[in-house]
Amino acid sequence: MSDFVGGFWGVYVTVLTLVSVVACGVFLWTQGRAKQSAGQTMGHVWDETLEEFNNPMPNWWRWMFYITVFFSLGYLVAYPGLGGYGGQYAWSSAGQYDKEMAEGEATYGKIFAAYLKQDLKTVAADEKARQMGERLFVTYCAQCHGANAKGSPGYPNLTDEDWKWGGEPATIKTTIMEGRNGVMPPFAPLGAEAIKDLANYVRSLSGLAADQVRIPRGKEGFAAAGCTACHGPEGKGNPAIGAPNLTDKVWMFGGKEETIIETITKGRKATMPAQKDFLGEAKVHLLAAYVWGLSNKPGAATPAAATSSGK
Amino acid sequence: MVMSEPAPAPKAGAGDSVEVSLFEVRKKIQMRAVSGWFATWRWGMVWFGQLIYYGLCWLPWNGRQAVLFDLVERKFYIFGLIFWPQDVIYLAILLIISAYALFLFTAIGGRLFCGYVCPQTVYTEIFMWIEAKIEGDRSARLKLDAEPMSGRKFVRKAAKHLVWFLFALWTGITFVGYFTPIRSLVEAIQSWSLGPWETFWIFFYGFATYGNAGWMREQVCKHMCPYARFQSVMFDRDTLIVTYDTQRGEPRGARSRAADHRARGLGACIDCSICVQVCPTGIDIREGLQYECIGCSACIDGCNQVMDKMGYPRGLIRYSTERALELGWGRKEIFRHILRPRILIYAAILALIVASAAFALALRTPLKVDVIRDRSNLGHIEEDGKVENAYRLQIMNTSEEPRRYLITVTGLPGIDINHQQDMEVPVAALTTQSVYVDVYVPRESGKQGSNRIFFDVKAIDDPGVAVHEKASFLIP
Repeated sequence: MSDFVGGFWGVYVTVLTLVSVVACGVFLWTQGRAKQSAGQTMGHVWDETLEEFNNPMPNWWRWMFYITVFFSLGYLVAYPGLGGYGGQYAWSSAGQYDKEMAEGEATYGKIFAAYLKQDLKTVAADEKARQMGERLFVTYCAQCHGANAKGSPGYPNLTDEDWKWGGEPATIKTTIMEGRNGVMPPFAPLGAEAIKDLANYVRSLSGLAADQVRIPRGKEGFAAAGCTACHGPEGKGNPAIGAPNLTDKVWMFGGKEETIIETITKGRKATMPAQKDFLGEAKVHLLAAYVWGLSNKPGAATPAAATSSGK
Repeated sequence: MVMSEPAPAPKAGAGDSVEVSLFEVRKKIQMRAVSGWFATWRWGMVWFGQLIYYGLCWLPWNGRQAVLFDLVERKFYIFGLIFWPQDVIYLAILLIISAYALFLFTAIGGRLFCGYVCPQTVYTEIFMWIEAKIEGDRSARLKLDAEPMSGRKFVRKAAKHLVWFLFALWTGITFVGYFTPIRSLVEAIQSWSLGPWETFWIFFYGFATYGNAGWMREQVCKHMCPYARFQSVMFDRDTLIVTYDTQRGEPRGARSRAADHRARGLGACIDCSICVQVCPTGIDIREGLQYECIGCSACIDGCNQVMDKMGYPRGLIRYSTERALELGWGRKEIFRHILRPRILIYAAILALIVASAAFALALRTPLKVDVIRDRSNLGHIEEDGKVENAYRLQIMNTSEEPRRYLITVTGLPGIDINHQQDMEVPVAALTTQSVYVDVYVPRESGKQGSNRIFFDVKAIDDPGVAVHEKASFLIP
């Protein structure tokens, strides 16, 4: 009875329940022997003349009441209901949950386990595994990455060739299993002008329109402020620490000048939560294969239905 | 003898100080068999209803059972119609139609449902017929009940219960046969491989039939049935009810056939108590309309036979209305008062609902489409300046053949689906297919914010099977 502090409430509930049930039985017994004078009304009058007679109840109703009394006593023996007493079946909602989960594992675990033994690229080529992966993705991943896996601001697009942490199947699996924490530190002390120069330089790396005067200043600043430490001297990023490539026109938070200025000024945090303990390795394996398959379509053998086929 | 039986509910006025228990032991009613116009109608309804009930589940249709309520697959098959959970509105309409039909028939003819169609009445009728075949007629049964237990009595009672049990069991099997295909159900019974829920429901429904029709009978109507309690609310003074013509019948009394009862100061009622003996709820209709009366008209049939024997005109107990009895109306006036505003309004509403339900059913296409916009992102701006929104289309092929569908999207200039004009999707029979699509629109085609677009899903083999579904397209 961990719900209550101390044993008092358990005893209180037990006594109250048993007294109520037994009192119902006693009341039934006395009522069964009681007499009343025939033909009395209940004293209510509706609609001027409508009266309710106090007619006897059918006797079988009494037996139904007795049955409920005995049923509730039997129920209290079998199931929890009396304070800390767990009942003969030791049933609990948590126990039932565990049992159903174990049954589910016994039924579906085999299917997942079979794929876990296979190489990720082999799994990715399996149409059935792809469908399972798709269902898992729509259920667990689409909230952030979108049902079509194209992401949204702050959450990366998984269908392109750009990988912040590396796009090898095993790396993707590690990303899902262990999660990732990407941090872009804030550079507000550089001052607004210097940051604007940096933003223009970064845009120029992807071939976007930029202020020609600011580009060279930004290039100097890029090295001086220490951007190169993570993004590399050419701004191509570093998958080992999740530093994005700034030259590929792919923007996780947005490529507009003011968005980039905000990114540099305030910094960014991007978290991919670890799924190891939540989904387990077998499901992650299928998901990793599915996600890898999104940007590594096998040949032209795209099924017509089920996904965005015209891509 | 029956006359001396006390009425089940003491109706004496105040001042009567007879002591009674708070609970009343049920007095078994041995109903006398009756024949006549109303009994024939009731047996007709019993045959009609039960032939459908026991027979319909065996009827094949398109290689499946014609009427099957598949709870596992969540599909209800009724001949050519297949209802999905999305069609629950038709169930609501069916219930509304049933309710209005009940209002209408009750306002016209009282408890017609109870007397002729209600399963409680129908199965009680069948069980009593079995009882009469094994134990004999009413007087034989009364005699048998009064006898001490003997070999003869035991055999008869046991035989009756055995036949009741088998009949009830078959009723339970038939019931489950509407939810599990009955042919496979019977095979499962033969091979002892019945599922736990099927076993439970067969015995539960069978036990309910046996208990209610064999043992409970009128107790169900008097103490369990909610209809019985509220049907009388729908009565008015022009509702046709089973009535006893007090003016003509009283004072009642025994007499010989030859005697002129008027000269002896007697009414037409010969006090033979046949009307009480044939009553399935054990009431005396001569006391006026009572809540126990299920409107079965057995007393009318019984009394008419007696009147024929006595050479009196029929109809001492007859269908009439409260107002007609009061004002001495004949048949013509009673019929004229059937068409009163209440009836006309009920009938009009009922006709309207039936017509619109039929219309809706006729226009139903065997295809449903749900458009679910991806909520996690508002819209992508692609490199070529197009805006992309992602959607999930749930395409439900509710027909019994596999189909290919053509999906197109309209509503904004330059709109396309997956960079194509249209896309084709095959969907197997009676399944739902999720299709993920990306819709692209040039940024300048629509206003910033939400734009209305439409998905058109059309069966390639039958352009009549099409759904036009709206959706919104967001331009950031």
